[in-house]
Amino acid sequence: MRNGRADAESDVVLELDGLKKSYGSEEVIHDLSLSVREGEILTLLGPSGCGKTTTLRLLAGLERPDGGDVRLNGRTVSGASFVPPEERGVGVVFQEFALFPHLTARENIAFGLVDLSEEERERRVDDLLELVDLSGQGESYPDELSGGQQQRVALARSLAPEPDILLLDEPFSNLDVDLRVQMREEVRRILKEAGVTAISVTHDQEEALSISDRVAVMNDGDLEQAGDPENVFQHPESRFVAGFLGYASFIPGHVAGDCVETDLGCVPREQIHGLAPEYDQTRIDVLVRPDDVSVRACGPDEEPSGRVTARRYLGPTFLYEVELETGEPVQCMHNHDEDVPDSGPVVVEIEAGHELAWFPREQRPEDEK
Amino acid sequence: MATEQRTTTDDGPDESSDAPLGLTLASGAVAAAVVLPVLWLVKTSLDVGLTEALSLLARPTTLEVFVNSTVLVAVTTAACVALGVPLAYLTVRTDLPFHRFWTVAVSLPLVIPSYIGAFAFVSAFGPQGDFQRLLAPLGVERIPEIYGLQGAVLVLTLYTYPYVYITARASLKSMDTTLIDAARTLEHSRWDAFKRVTLPQIRPAVAAGALLASLYALSDFGTPSIMRYDVFTRVIYVEFGAFGRDTATLLSLQLVGVTFVILWLESKIRGNERTSAGGRSRDVVPLGAWKLPAMAFCASVAGLALVVPLAILVTWLGAGNASVNQSLAFQWEYVFNSVSVSTAAALVAIVAGLPVAYLSARHSTRLSPLFERATYVGYAVPGVVLGLALVFFGSSVGAPIYPSLYLLVFAYVIRFLPQAVGSLRASFLRVDPSLPEAARTLGRTSVGAFRHVTLPLVAPGLFGGAALVFLTTMKELPATLLLRPSGFKTLVTHIWTAHASGYFGQAAIPALVLLFVSGLSMLVIITQEGYDVK
Repeated sequence: MRNGRADAESDVVLELDGLKKSYGSEEVIHDLSLSVREGEILTLLGPSGCGKTTTLRLLAGLERPDGGDVRLNGRTVSGASFVPPEERGVGVVFQEFALFPHLTARENIAFGLVDLSEEERERRVDDLLELVDLSGQGESYPDELSGGQQQRVALARSLAPEPDILLLDEPFSNLDVDLRVQMREEVRRILKEAGVTAISVTHDQEEALSISDRVAVMNDGDLEQAGDPENVFQHPESRFVAGFLGYASFIPGHVAGDCVETDLGCVPREQIHGLAPEYDQTRIDVLVRPDDVSVRACGPDEEPSGRVTARRYLGPTFLYEVELETGEPVQCMHNHDEDVPDSGPVVVEIEAGHELAWFPREQRPEDEK
Repeated sequence: MATEQRTTTDDGPDESSDAPLGLTLASGAVAAAVVLPVLWLVKTSLDVGLTEALSLLARPTTLEVFVNSTVLVAVTTAACVALGVPLAYLTVRTDLPFHRFWTVAVSLPLVIPSYIGAFAFVSAFGPQGDFQRLLAPLGVERIPEIYGLQGAVLVLTLYTYPYVYITARASLKSMDTTLIDAARTLEHSRWDAFKRVTLPQIRPAVAAGALLASLYALSDFGTPSIMRYDVFTRVIYVEFGAFGRDTATLLSLQLVGVTFVILWLESKIRGNERTSAGGRSRDVVPLGAWKLPAMAFCASVAGLALVVPLAILVTWLGAGNASVNQSLAFQWEYVFNSVSVSTAAALVAIVAGLPVAYLSARHSTRLSPLFERATYVGYAVPGVVLGLALVFFGSSVGAPIYPSLYLLVFAYVIRFLPQAVGSLRASFLRVDPSLPEAARTLGRTSVGAFRHVTLPLVAPGLFGGAALVFLTTMKELPATLLLRPSGFKTLVTHIWTAHASGYFGQAAIPALVLLFVSGLSMLVIITQEGYDVK
């Protein structure tokens, strides 16, 4: 499912076409186009203030776009033919869950099931309580439920009317760290079991990479890149995406024949992903992740390539901050039991078992050129 | 899932981010209705004519009224601060024994309408009053005169100092006491620390309380009337009764002007609000040998304000209907009338307050704060002025508006709408905006979401606001006197008639009923705001 259906036009359930939204004089969304395929879990990922929650609200019909179209199942629901949220068939799980405090869990879940008979409604609520593993908590009020239970109720409530699309706004930000990891798996299971198309919004890259079939990275009201998680992580199309998804260091290099010459020695040309011939004799930056680089103590006869400036303990691993001789910073990961000097001159080596991404030097932000 | 595929093709305004047109119009209509009487008053005054107006304003009595009012307000406010701040400090910061009891006891005078207090004080301390009769065997022939400025100040202070007390107490309680510890370690004595740290911190709160006290003193009609002290409210009423319509109008405008001066003064005094809250170090000031005098102080204030009127009322009740003037006998009809108009006022105030409160809580348009602010006109305009303005308005419109109960209820609504709006607005603000949005995404229309989600959640605030309007309407005096149709008697008008005709004893039952009602309204406020006594 993750990559397969990319080209099947008919499977597109939601299409955003040149979407624009401003608040006052500030344009929050510039020109956003994106399509979502049936049954997939897509995550809009970006730093806070990048417009991702606004995008969600535009999809739900809680806000109206200032330009562009939103199409649900091929039908335009924005602009002159605006469809209000209650008629869109779009479910929303709100950031703080927005459970109705005056209703029990059952009543919350049944809230959207107005068209069913009493009996059908009860049956559907039972099914949903079972789906979210809360069969015993139906009569509890929201304030009697834990954070994780509240989230399950919110999920069940939004799934109850069988929406075409489910929107999740920062669904895990309200949970404790431990619970967050557990609920990610749980929510993915529930969504897949319900077979619903879901769009989630988050600023947490780990969450995005772990629950989604596809991620769309947003920055400052624009879509930077969309694709399956591995691809976006390994082949970022912009420095922003590279930097936002995990730690990223950029090693300056010069393309010379079969070799990209860097301060860390020659990187074989075939290890650089898609480096076209026209970039011969140009300067590029090679993207390395902390696990692509290793650091070791400088031998007596060796020329050091940098020095360790800081060491951060991340639990099972250490992250080393190394300053190369040229002044470029590089981050490097080692297991906690490996013997690596925590300061002073070191030798840095690239040890990647996969192709590395790169960017032309000219793309660097002005102050770093 | 929503299966109905209707799309809204109407070109109405954006319903999610901008305020719906209907709501804005409804709020605007309420705001306009509230401002109408004041505008009408201005219009009426323009009819007076310039030379006439100038000669009226230049009369010595006009100047006297202005001076009297200013003196009354200034002295009363000063006295309120002088009573309220020390009482607050004693009950919050010191080791005063039974401080919870004293907190309740010194807050309670707020429950007693000042005109009932004034009534009781005149009866107790007036010439040939109960107090003098009590002292007569001891050879006391005369006690100091109660009528006039001193009596008005005494009564107004005793029943309005709680405004200062309550605000000062709240800010003392929330004040970061480590600031005082810091000052002490920087070699300040307790007194110096109080002056340089505590006082600047509680000043905004004291100013707010003093504002309430001074506005009350300025607008109060009952107390100065009973104390026969010529201030704006009394003279306006008297002039109106004596067909001095022009004078009454001009004095009313002057009174409104003085009100705005006070509001402006308060905003000046408040200054930059740089206060800090938090810090739970329980720094208690030991009273030592001052414990007894401190308790005596609390006891004398609370005793004077509470025991005197209660004792007098009970005495009257006990004296029975010895000298009954049958036309003044208490009738249950008065209670029924009071309750009916108050219920009507509460209902209308809630209905009128809903759109204003909802708009200002949910939609930040340029108009919504304006509308909300406009509804507070009723708080700023004294009841006697409002009553007068509506009499002018009503008489120019004529039947069936004037004289009628509609106009009376309208006056109540204008006067107490802020209570409804304040209570409703606070409730709307407490409802998470994503809740109605969630209801929308679950297939409810905006109206459905409001009915099934927002309304049940604001119900307590709605009832609280209605109860407050009901209870304060029960006590309202000047507008009731001016606007009631002849023959329509309520508890309040009955008390007033009994006072005017000298049959004090007839006022006992209605006055006790009103005390009970006032007590209830305090209870509503306390439960709504979680006023803790600890």
